[in-house]
Amino acid sequence: MNQTSTWDAERALSRIRELAHLPGPLLPILHALHEEFGYIHQEAVPLLADELNISKAEVHGVISFYHDFRNAPAGRHVLRICRAEACQSMGCEALVSHVENHLGVKMGETTADRSFTLESVYCLGLCALSPSAMLDGKPYGRVSHQVADFLIDSARRHS
Amino acid sequence: MSVKIFVPCDAAAISVGADVVAHAIQEQITARRLDLKVVRNGSRGMFWLEPLVEVETLRGRVAYGPVSVDAVAGLFDAGFSDGKDHPLRLGLTEEIPYLKNQERLTFARCGIIDPLSLADYVSHGGYKGLERALGMAPEAIVEEVTQSGLRGRGGAGFPTGIKWRTVLNTPGDQKYVVCNADEGDSGTYADRMIMEGDPFVLIEGMTIAAFAVGATGGYIYIRSEYPHAFRTMKRAIALAYENGYLGANVAGSGKRFDLDVRLGAGAYICGEETSMLESLEGKRGQIRPKPPLPAIEGLFAKPTAINNVISLATVPIIMEKGGAFYRDFGMGRSRGTLTIQLAGNIKHGGLVEKAFGLTLRQAIYDFGGGTFTGRPLRAVQVGGPLGAYFPESLLDTPLDYEALAAQKGLLGHGGIVVFDDTVDMAKQARFAMEFCALESCGKCTPCRIGSTRGVEVIDKIIAHQNRPANLQLLDELCELMVDGSLCALGGLTPFPVLSAVRHFPEDFDKPAPVLPAHVGERAQETQQWR
Repeated sequence: MNQTSTWDAERALSRIRELAHLPGPLLPILHALHEEFGYIHQEAVPLLADELNISKAEVHGVISFYHDFRNAPAGRHVLRICRAEACQSMGCEALVSHVENHLGVKMGETTADRSFTLESVYCLGLCALSPSAMLDGKPYGRVSHQVADFLIDSARRHS
Repeated sequence: MSVKIFVPCDAAAISVGADVVAHAIQEQITARRLDLKVVRNGSRGMFWLEPLVEVETLRGRVAYGPVSVDAVAGLFDAGFSDGKDHPLRLGLTEEIPYLKNQERLTFARCGIIDPLSLADYVSHGGYKGLERALGMAPEAIVEEVTQSGLRGRGGAGFPTGIKWRTVLNTPGDQKYVVCNADEGDSGTYADRMIMEGDPFVLIEGMTIAAFAVGATGGYIYIRSEYPHAFRTMKRAIALAYENGYLGANVAGSGKRFDLDVRLGAGAYICGEETSMLESLEGKRGQIRPKPPLPAIEGLFAKPTAINNVISLATVPIIMEKGGAFYRDFGMGRSRGTLTIQLAGNIKHGGLVEKAFGLTLRQAIYDFGGGTFTGRPLRAVQVGGPLGAYFPESLLDTPLDYEALAAQKGLLGHGGIVVFDDTVDMAKQARFAMEFCALESCGKCTPCRIGSTRGVEVIDKIIAHQNRPANLQLLDELCELMVDGSLCALGGLTPFPVLSAVRHFPEDFDKPAPVLPAHVGERAQETQQWR
């Protein structure tokens, strides 16, 4: 399960200031904010612009460029399924359809009960054990439809 | 001293249960009051055998695998901690043919040592390369690496020594060494494995690189999809600092080298070196036009040596044993060893480090054992999402930079993805364009727009709309992307597309499938553009 706290501008500011001394600090800061809150809150944009002395447009440009940074909170669990070539060769698209049906949402969406967010990922480096997936940061290889069902159901039972 | 039991901590091993197996083994040790110690090692790279558990015996390490949690108690009952027989016993690890038939230079320690034990690293030959380099002038180090014939293992294959020489000869108050660990190509995992299994070899390689080019600062840019590698590298760097291998006085030499790890954020393009520099500087990962070369004007506009993980991790053995030792492996202009990664629909997927020159067929059949599904092999993609698809008839091509280029393919980072006969090559061609559209940084038009138009044209071909004209259009579009794109993403995406068309024309000549409504509409819209 993802442990994140609700948005708090003061807390965000202190995380920003902890890392602002780094050369090229924006990505490490965005990662820290993402880890803390689970997404990048809109209010973080002017804070970052002020603290780093860059324009809001520049901050927004960076956040929107990278696939990792969400602009809204994810579900309690994030299931990322690899859809790159190695996993394609082992049927990842059928796995994606199966999981979408199981959860009743499409890739990139969050279930209505906010228990799960489904995301596509392009390579987890587990290509000899395709199809692969990552659930809340934990890697899984040889993910059959049954394994996917098991992972989803047991994660739901525990939250 | 207690006997050691090795259970890998490699992410791929964990993905099939290595953590739970390690836990179960520890429980048995406690319950049975045995004098055994569980060590978490890297992976040997035989992934179909993971979790591969090894036991230290007088005759050498004995392997058992794949070990499931259910099997653990039975293994203890059978006396596996003394190397005794069991249905999962594979014999001496080093005697397993898959491993025995390799030439492991870069991966010599991977899977053998505890990745975060500096003592293990040093007792297995670690820091011997640095020791020798410290007694040499920068020019001599560069010369040694040049003589070794080492070429960039990230994919471009540029001679590492020549790149270093440019950085060395460029004056600068501050220079950097940057390690490209944004291993985004599907079918590749060698960088991840070495960072998780032998992180100090990368630190040592970067330190040597820094002293060779006159750099005092370094960064490793690791993709966020690799959280385990990131954590291992962070810890290894902290340990290297604590033990005087990084910082103001590296190994008592009086020389400074500071190293840090940075995390990517899910952008494939950041594996392109200039895009990676932008990302390190905290900007959008958009590519920079070259020139200036990063070797002259790189990170924060300072001279920067950028190398792939495997290139840098190979430097210590070159410095230890000499350039000539390394150059003696390989064929033609591809010297040394290649870390082949067998992936996808393959029975025995894993890492094969072997002198250049093995053919695709030898890699896939002699090592890989054919397809995982047991169905006939139909296509092989070599070198990641920008690599060409090869049919069965081209499998005798040797894995060598020039030989693959001669077949209009590329070696890339050494990943081989196998597909069986259920693959639809028109779909694969479409995916190549779709992926380029998804990951394009947007800087240049051929890549940004061309990839989207490419998806549309392939959709029309699949939908049986004016096929001959659209195939010709696709050809022209690809030519434009190759000639007009600023970097390899737009410039190489045509490789998988055109190779699919060339080698598998029958897949572009099937009756039109019944398409979902939106695809048909989009094809209609773009009809006008044609």
